[in-house]
Amino acid sequence: MNMLVALRDWVDARIPLMSTWNDHLAQYYAPKNFNFWYYFGSLALLVFVVQILTGIFLTMNYKPDAALAFASVEYIMRDVEWGWLIRYLHSTGASFFFIVVYLHMFRGLMYGSYRKPRELLWIIGMLLYLALMAEAFMGYLLPWGQMSFWGAQVIISLFGAIPFVGDDLALWIRGDYVIADATLNRFFAFHVILVPFILAGLVFVHIIALHEVGSNNPDGVEIKKGPKGNRWSKDKPADGIPFHPYYTVKDIMGVAAFLIIFCSVIFFYPEMGGWFLEKDNFIPADPLKTPQHIVPLWYFTPFYAILRAIPDKLWGVVAMGGAIFCLFVLPWLDRSPVKSIRYKGIIFKAALAVFVISFVALGWLGTQPATPLLTNFARLFTALYFAFFILMPLYSVMDKTKPEPDRVTYNH
Amino acid sequence: MSTEGVNTARRRFLIAATTAVGAVGAGFVAVPFVVSMQPSAKAQAAGAPVEVDISKLEPGQKLTVEWRGKPVWVVHRTEQQLADLPSLNNLLRDPNSEVATQQPAYAQNPTRALKDKYSVLIGICTHLGCSPSYVLAGDPGQPTADWKGGFFCPCHGSLFDLAGRVFQGVPAPTNLVVPPYTYLSDTRILVGVDHQGAA
Amino acid sequence: MKKLLSFLSACVFVISTAPVSASEGVQLMHIETNLKDKATLQEGAKIFVNYCLNCHSAEYMRFSRLGKDLGLTDTQLKENLMFATQKVGEPLHTAMSKEDAVRWFGVVPPDLSVVARSRGTDWLYTYFMSFYKDESRPWGVNNLAFKDVGMPHVLWELQGGVAEPQYKTEMGADGHEHKIIEKLVVPKGDLSDEAYRQKQKEYQHAVANLVSFLEYMGEPAKLQRYDLGAKVLVFLFIFLLISYLLKKEFWKDVE
Repeated sequence: MNMLVALRDWVDARIPLMSTWNDHLAQYYAPKNFNFWYYFGSLALLVFVVQILTGIFLTMNYKPDAALAFASVEYIMRDVEWGWLIRYLHSTGASFFFIVVYLHMFRGLMYGSYRKPRELLWIIGMLLYLALMAEAFMGYLLPWGQMSFWGAQVIISLFGAIPFVGDDLALWIRGDYVIADATLNRFFAFHVILVPFILAGLVFVHIIALHEVGSNNPDGVEIKKGPKGNRWSKDKPADGIPFHPYYTVKDIMGVAAFLIIFCSVIFFYPEMGGWFLEKDNFIPADPLKTPQHIVPLWYFTPFYAILRAIPDKLWGVVAMGGAIFCLFVLPWLDRSPVKSIRYKGIIFKAALAVFVISFVALGWLGTQPATPLLTNFARLFTALYFAFFILMPLYSVMDKTKPEPDRVTYNH
Repeated sequence: MSTEGVNTARRRFLIAATTAVGAVGAGFVAVPFVVSMQPSAKAQAAGAPVEVDISKLEPGQKLTVEWRGKPVWVVHRTEQQLADLPSLNNLLRDPNSEVATQQPAYAQNPTRALKDKYSVLIGICTHLGCSPSYVLAGDPGQPTADWKGGFFCPCHGSLFDLAGRVFQGVPAPTNLVVPPYTYLSDTRILVGVDHQGAA
Repeated sequence: MKKLLSFLSACVFVISTAPVSASEGVQLMHIETNLKDKATLQEGAKIFVNYCLNCHSAEYMRFSRLGKDLGLTDTQLKENLMFATQKVGEPLHTAMSKEDAVRWFGVVPPDLSVVARSRGTDWLYTYFMSFYKDESRPWGVNNLAFKDVGMPHVLWELQGGVAEPQYKTEMGADGHEHKIIEKLVVPKGDLSDEAYRQKQKEYQHAVANLVSFLEYMGEPAKLQRYDLGAKVLVFLFIFLLISYLLKKEFWKDVE
């Protein structure tokens, strides 16, 4: 034991081992009133690790070549021992990454985690979300099925809507006149190296930023402004508890519960009825034949529905981009005196409910054929989606809020 | 922090239990990843036993087939070449094929073969994996003046006789490997399957 | 907890509404496939290699894997299933060359390794049940599930003949009368009622076996993943229980 302590001290004298441990785990004080919604940050990190690990092993057998890609995925599914499990972990992991991240973002919306002083934390999170979308989009081309091919064809054609340079830009992205071998190869490079690097870097900055300002909580009150002194430390916030061991053991429990759901899908419903693995993607890419319905995977469909709702190519793309941009500027749209939905009034609660309904409805509409009736619904929900953001500076001030408590509420 | 009112024993037990179960889980998770790096069904199919037709192999000739991606030689040894083998014994490192891993038990004999006439060897030098060349007595570039025929590795100069036995004083440590093989008939050899019955 | 439950039930609702419908208008028949029964899969494999493999390939499936999963020895494989292939490690190549395929069909018939995953088993079953006589088509047959299908009805002998369509007229939404196919009837020929019914039953059975085999071939891992999944979940529940106790114990500190 003394040997181990000596080794630790030797290392600690050369790199900041103990201070890092203390600053971010053992003496990082987080509010004690985290609820169900606070599991999804650590779960996102878990899924990220799963994706990196399974991705490395898939790369060992996958061939980024238009002539070989589809067959190499089936090779992984059959000829490589346990390849099917590694592939399902990765494909299911992609969808679960978005499930977890959407719930994580919704938590932020509910409890005002984007408000001062966490604006930058929120924006870094949004950048992570953007990078995740790029990662998922490029990864989905790799199996080289019909949906991979035509989904990528449609999304890259969006760049063609940009005035003057659009068509040249789309051509440059593809590296060919249609989605082709060159596109597959560069998407592979981005998917396995560039974007994961960016994601890892942003995750690091996200956590650093979080630990600088401290975690928000369901009450939206700052524990740093409250009284000091708790059973672990005299000068730390009274409502804070050390992240380790209290939140590490709690998150381990969360991981166990999450894995039960995750593994149920992997072993029993890996296609999830066509939501996680689409039927048409088991047909090899054919540049001469478009499937009847081209649908992006579910996590993109809200934005896809907004795109289709606008009867103009350029403005459709602008609306789609705007839908994401709105989230970036959210910290400056909300002017309510309180952060958490617990103390906000009926107007904000209603607005948030309408927003969630609109987002889910758009997500569903994006998977359906664009009939005139459904397109009108998509327009309605697009309008409501934007109204949530654009009108927020008004209704967040008009809203009748309840007074925030001085301390967090915690029922033992 | 103060530890009053804390059941330390229970805590320690639960930490140990969670760690143990977690470690077992991690161990199980590691299995698919590690095993996935084994040869796939495709590699195994490509490494399936190979049939060799030796009916047209004249005395003194060598033919090469591929088995598991490696060259396998079949040499039809002449009476003279077979007679020369024992005379080399005191120049060799392991004349009696005592290193058991270098050949199946049924090839651990003076000619290192099931049938004296035909030598079956994996054509990979036991030094660093180059493929030696077949050099007969009297060929240009024969490595020694009284060369009786054998194999010469161009990479680092290792020498083997026509039974694949390594000479002394060269870098290669052991004899060439005899692969598992069996005779399907007098003229057909199956490489990659062990010979049944015979010693 | 209530929130979690309502969230989960919302998920179940969303999942139960399929993203896109793949069928082309025809009402699909339902088939319960059986992957647990090796005899079913062996029968299906036999039909597949005898009827389908002449023109279609299944390039991602190896005979050796088939033997392992269906409980067949190499000799059994070679005697019963392997006609155009020598080695058991080889995949299920088609007997037909690409050139011949283009000459006879105009296209290379698609590989069928994963057809059950792109079409679904119900569609496949319906497809094999829905061939009918149509002299206007190059192969003399058409199909309710696959309009203007480009292949002959290779299983017609098993079915006891090619079905005849029976039409009925219906008033369309446009006010005109339309002739639509009401049902397909396989000619009875000189069979007795009993023998005819028997023949139809045998055909349904054969198609069910074939579709089960196609489902297995689409994802051989399906044979393992359910059993393994159950074990994994049992393990995870134990882990959840222990980690819950651990969390509860530590959180006694928090007031």
